[in-house]
Amino acid sequence: MSDVHGSAQVQARRSAQMDVRQVYRLMAKARALEERMIRMTRSNDGYFWIGGPGEEAFNVPLGLLIKRGQGPAFDYLHHHYRSSAILVAMGLPLIDAIRQMAQRATDPNSGGRNFVNHFAKREWNVVPGASTIETQYSIAPGTALAQARHGGNGITIVNGGDAGSSEGDFATCLNWSSRPGRELPMLILIMNNNWGISTPFESVHGDRIIARRAEAFGIRWGTVNGNDPVASWRKLVEVMAYVRKERKPYCLEAYVSRLHGHSSSSGAGRVQEPDCLEMFGRDLVEREILTAAEIESIQAEYEREAMDALLQARQEPEPDGDTIYDHTFAGGTPGWPPLHKPFV
Amino acid sequence: MATLAQAIRLALHVGETRLGVTDVFGEDVGPPLGGVFTCTQGLATAWNTPLDERGIVGTAFGLALAGERPVAEIQFCDYIYNTIDLLKLAGNCCWSSMGQFPVPMVLMSPVGSGIHGSIYHSHSFDAIATHIPGWKVVLPSTPLDTYGLMIAAIKDPNPVMFLYPKALIRHQGTEKIPGEPDDPKVLSRMIDAPVGSSREHWRPSWPDLPDFEIPIGSAKCCRPGEHLTVLTYGRTVPLCEQAAQKLFEQEGISAEVIDLRTLFPYDGEMILASTRKTGRLLVVNEDTEVTNFGEHLIRVLTEHCFYHLQAPPRLLAGANTPGVGLSWNLERVSVPQLDAIHAAMREVAMTEA
Repeated sequence: MSDVHGSAQVQARRSAQMDVRQVYRLMAKARALEERMIRMTRSNDGYFWIGGPGEEAFNVPLGLLIKRGQGPAFDYLHHHYRSSAILVAMGLPLIDAIRQMAQRATDPNSGGRNFVNHFAKREWNVVPGASTIETQYSIAPGTALAQARHGGNGITIVNGGDAGSSEGDFATCLNWSSRPGRELPMLILIMNNNWGISTPFESVHGDRIIARRAEAFGIRWGTVNGNDPVASWRKLVEVMAYVRKERKPYCLEAYVSRLHGHSSSSGAGRVQEPDCLEMFGRDLVEREILTAAEIESIQAEYEREAMDALLQARQEPEPDGDTIYDHTFAGGTPGWPPLHKPFV
Repeated sequence: MATLAQAIRLALHVGETRLGVTDVFGEDVGPPLGGVFTCTQGLATAWNTPLDERGIVGTAFGLALAGERPVAEIQFCDYIYNTIDLLKLAGNCCWSSMGQFPVPMVLMSPVGSGIHGSIYHSHSFDAIATHIPGWKVVLPSTPLDTYGLMIAAIKDPNPVMFLYPKALIRHQGTEKIPGEPDDPKVLSRMIDAPVGSSREHWRPSWPDLPDFEIPIGSAKCCRPGEHLTVLTYGRTVPLCEQAAQKLFEQEGISAEVIDLRTLFPYDGEMILASTRKTGRLLVVNEDTEVTNFGEHLIRVLTEHCFYHLQAPPRLLAGANTPGVGLSWNLERVSVPQLDAIHAAMREVAMTEA
């Protein structure tokens, strides 16, 4: 499955032509994954959910346009926890997110150690996701610096929410990516869903367009309706080409929805905000690109795939308590101080 | 003999010419200054950053994720506190990704008192550094150890915090760094930038330095002894040696002084053997005494040497004040000095079994 996605992803990037059917399918796939994982918090298959339903229209084009691979010749992704659709578009098998949600030893991201949607995939330059808000914006200049020196057209992509842009790390990112004569090839994204858990953006911000802050650093910036996959695709093609070619940063703010609240801590119930998947589906039916029956069938197909993934993950082992120290250090655990035996 | 600052420079030169270091960076680390303590003078890969500690730590972290071997500096450890969540992330990155993303970065920072540094140039960082799992932490006290441990830190595939005692930074060692000229004046002419004149055209002339390193995790017995074990590191190492000498000369009490050199992972074998041998233990450092790294050492050694102990183990550390005051009258009594160390050694040695 991942090979099919991999070649589709390469094809999309090379042609810069949007295959609307493919984008719709991947959006539906990512949505089915998230909806299954939300249900897992209620079926005793997972403790906590946080994720990205509502960001698919932007994230699927982004995932398809990422130059996927390992090392500085390829793109680095520093993601926040609403990025599942990026990974799905890059080719992530659904079960690899489900395994993390279900804390299985087979979870390839973290071996059952981290929350769901905290991805880590070395062979795709997806650096470990963290729950700490905005820290990825301080780390991302490092991979971009390695790429600036390496040459080629690999870029660093960093994303996070509107609320996180209040952290100093966002200013760090703008500052370090725009040092005169030492600009960095970075796509600096703001996924503006207008919320920080329960706090509306406008209640704590005097600024209205976050990306405009980049202007003070001489960084080009723009905004896009992140609920519109066509607009998102076009904008991403344009700005990623700029960053790849000019080796300079670009700051892009995408306006998106948050369809299930912050996380399972607030119930993860569906809220009334524009739904990019529904809107795009309707649009494709009206334009006679897909039929209503095909839409239904696509959704059913991915709901089944997500459910099958869960059934499979349930059969897989949980991590063994004896492994808690594994990988603390590369090259093995030091002999001192003596380690506590895991409590039993 | 080289100074501690020159030793750092020599090791970083080896790093950038032979060990793949592509970036040595921090505030005022690059030319013309080469670091506020001159530790990075003349290095080909040294550059100045914005005044932004989070950017320094984050960028080093990102470079390491991309497979490079950066060495970053926080100008004084007093200014590292706003990076602690990044330090935690760097420490958990290999673990949380099941070994996919090791973080081979070195973060160096001067620590401790001794330069009349007042409230924000006198902090210690050992307790907090050792409280961040996933990091190795070294704190050498001599130029040779500094040189060898920096090379080991650069080679290590894990994040290594390289702390160094600012009080000793101008001290010349008694052991020669392999390859350094016999005459310290010759070394100075080769690698010290001219003072007060333009450095635009100045370039260092580096000595040939053969391969050498001191493994992380090995302590050093500075002075063998029979009657008590003194564990210490950083600024207080030479003070403990002097106090031990005085104690031996005046009262025939023989203290074994161990320079821990690496705080994590520390040399359990050496400190265990010494404590079992002497049955008496004093830990000396200058961090504030509450939740002090020495308390951990005492706990572990008590658990493992309980039936060998002849006296209660003792910690001599910094006063639990919010800072070290500027006046010498304040600094003198805030962190251990020679007399207090001597008195503590004597007390531990004389306590009846």
